[in-house]
Amino acid sequence: MTKKPFRPDVDAPVYKGPYVPYDIIKEGAIAVLVVFILTAALALVFSSPDEKAVTIKTWSNADAVDFAQTAGDELAGTSAVANYGAPYNNNGTSQHWGFLSPEKWIGVRIQINTTNDFVIDPLSAQPAQPALSAALSQWKSASSATQTAWDDAFNKAEPNLTYSNGKVNIPTKAAGPIPVLLNYETQMARSGALDQALVTQAGFYTTNFTKPLLFVSDGTYFAGLAEKQHLSGSQWGMMNETGQYPGQAWLWLYTFWYQIHPYSTSASADFLVWGTMMILTALMVLVPFIPGLRSIPRKIKIYRIIWREHYAAKL
Amino acid sequence: MSTDIERQWTSRIRHSVVDKLPPDKLLPDTQPAYVASWIYVFGVTTMAALGVIILTGIILALDGPQWWHSSTLGHFVNSMHLWSVEIFFFAMVVHLWGKFSMAAWRGGRSLTWVTGAVTFMASILAGFTGYVSQTNFDSQWIATQAKDGINSTGGGAFFNVLNLGQMLMLHIVLLPIAAVALTGIHVVMVRMKGVVPPFEDATTEVSA
Amino acid sequence: MAQGWGLGALINLDHYGHYIHWGVIQVSVGNFIVMVLMVASFLAALFAPFPGRRNRKGAK
Ligand code: HEM
Repeated sequence: MTKKPFRPDVDAPVYKGPYVPYDIIKEGAIAVLVVFILTAALALVFSSPDEKAVTIKTWSNADAVDFAQTAGDELAGTSAVANYGAPYNNNGTSQHWGFLSPEKWIGVRIQINTTNDFVIDPLSAQPAQPALSAALSQWKSASSATQTAWDDAFNKAEPNLTYSNGKVNIPTKAAGPIPVLLNYETQMARSGALDQALVTQAGFYTTNFTKPLLFVSDGTYFAGLAEKQHLSGSQWGMMNETGQYPGQAWLWLYTFWYQIHPYSTSASADFLVWGTMMILTALMVLVPFIPGLRSIPRKIKIYRIIWREHYAAKL
Repeated sequence: MSTDIERQWTSRIRHSVVDKLPPDKLLPDTQPAYVASWIYVFGVTTMAALGVIILTGIILALDGPQWWHSSTLGHFVNSMHLWSVEIFFFAMVVHLWGKFSMAAWRGGRSLTWVTGAVTFMASILAGFTGYVSQTNFDSQWIATQAKDGINSTGGGAFFNVLNLGQMLMLHIVLLPIAAVALTGIHVVMVRMKGVVPPFEDATTEVSA
Repeated sequence: MAQGWGLGALINLDHYGHYIHWGVIQVSVGNFIVMVLMVASFLAALFAPFPGRRNRKGAK
């Protein structure tokens, strides 16, 4: 026993009262049984969600225009991924708070060049066809100024892009080989070959879907499906599951920040939310050491209900 | 004299373990009379749910990550895996509220709280890697959304949520090991210290 | 999912969900039920009488 003053939120009183029989192993066994039965019952009654994955094939068949526009953006370097910045490329402004920008400090680690990775390389791996080969060599031998001029022409015509009779039509004459390239890219996508080309760039075995996922996420088709399932960020979607299933309800606080100012309007929202959550998490982990916070339970007195028998017996 | 024996690393470790956690503390047959509330069962319930998660996870692992899409039995086991996770978090959060209400970090139990909170974080990560390992629409969406958050911290360069292989390994090997080890430490600490006594209005004595 | 040998859902939750909107707050009914049950369990655990404490009155 030390002589230090007693701190009620840090020290515990010495208990001199009675002990009663308590079978913790039996308690545990019952808990396992109850949880197992409850789990099996819930699984039987409600099953679990399993929406099929979107492939580039299903996407380009369901919405060829959105696919061709997205592929054009990847080729022209105007897509979200093309302008993402670290860790994929150097094109965007990194998220930051003041001078703090770990994204930028760590830099490009998963190199993605949307023009080549998503369009030119997969097309180059196709069996040679005269029109495609000609378009590819026209693209590859052009100066970057020429490519930019073609990109600009494509961007202007892009909203009026149509798809009919198996062909992508881009109403412009100034886009160089881009219309031909996008036609082949769309054919390749609709046959399923592009799905394969994007994953096999790493070799025979692969477990890494970074490229196809980034490509799919640039289209509006994918986001539209998610929106219908109430999964988008502004719909508190992080907590939600497809269908009517409960999701990750424990992410409520993380999700909450995205809805309110200044987070909701910041270009660095992710960084600000993560920073906030890290601080709050540290506070939670360290509650026992934080004066004020650690006094809350003594002040709100819920413990009086929990230990009511103990306090009643003492009277 | 047996000084040689007493100086052994082996015997010293045994002594210190037995001193800190004698069998009747590890598996006590009585509890202080104040342990009389249903709130105390949520810790064990969390452990039980973790057990069911691991059991169903092992069954899912036996046939590989695609099995449950094509087999009704696999889908059922997947459903059990999902619902045991919901029960696990449910029980853990109520457990946390209960321990907070009792200020159960008092009397040298602060590391019990800290390990509990760290286990919570590890569990969130385990749940998240599970969601992105589903190989369905949900996992595609969650991965492409979550990448922005993780990338903004710089972590995305090393923890690539779009890399199924990496996420699946974390989910079925590394994070379960972490969750079980942390839970083990947490519960052993509880047993070492015993259950936290109630607040008393006037106390001057400080327990060890 | 396939109904195979009766392991499919008895109650199918694979429809578009329902959501509660309350100012800035949006929550799916599924998650909301889980949260309400959590609070209810906490309250029940606080107030429900704990069994097996028959003759505690004179214990000390
Ligand atoms: C995997 C997650 C967890 C498991 C399996 C678990 C399990 C347990 C068990 C079995 C006990 C003893 C019985 C009881 O009082 O309920 C306990 C006690 C405790 N838990 Fe947890 N727990 C977990 C997470 C947490 C979290 C998230 C916190 C708080 C941040 C926490 C804080 C505590 C504290 C402070 C005690 C000591 C209780 C006392 O001395 O009266 N635990 N835990």
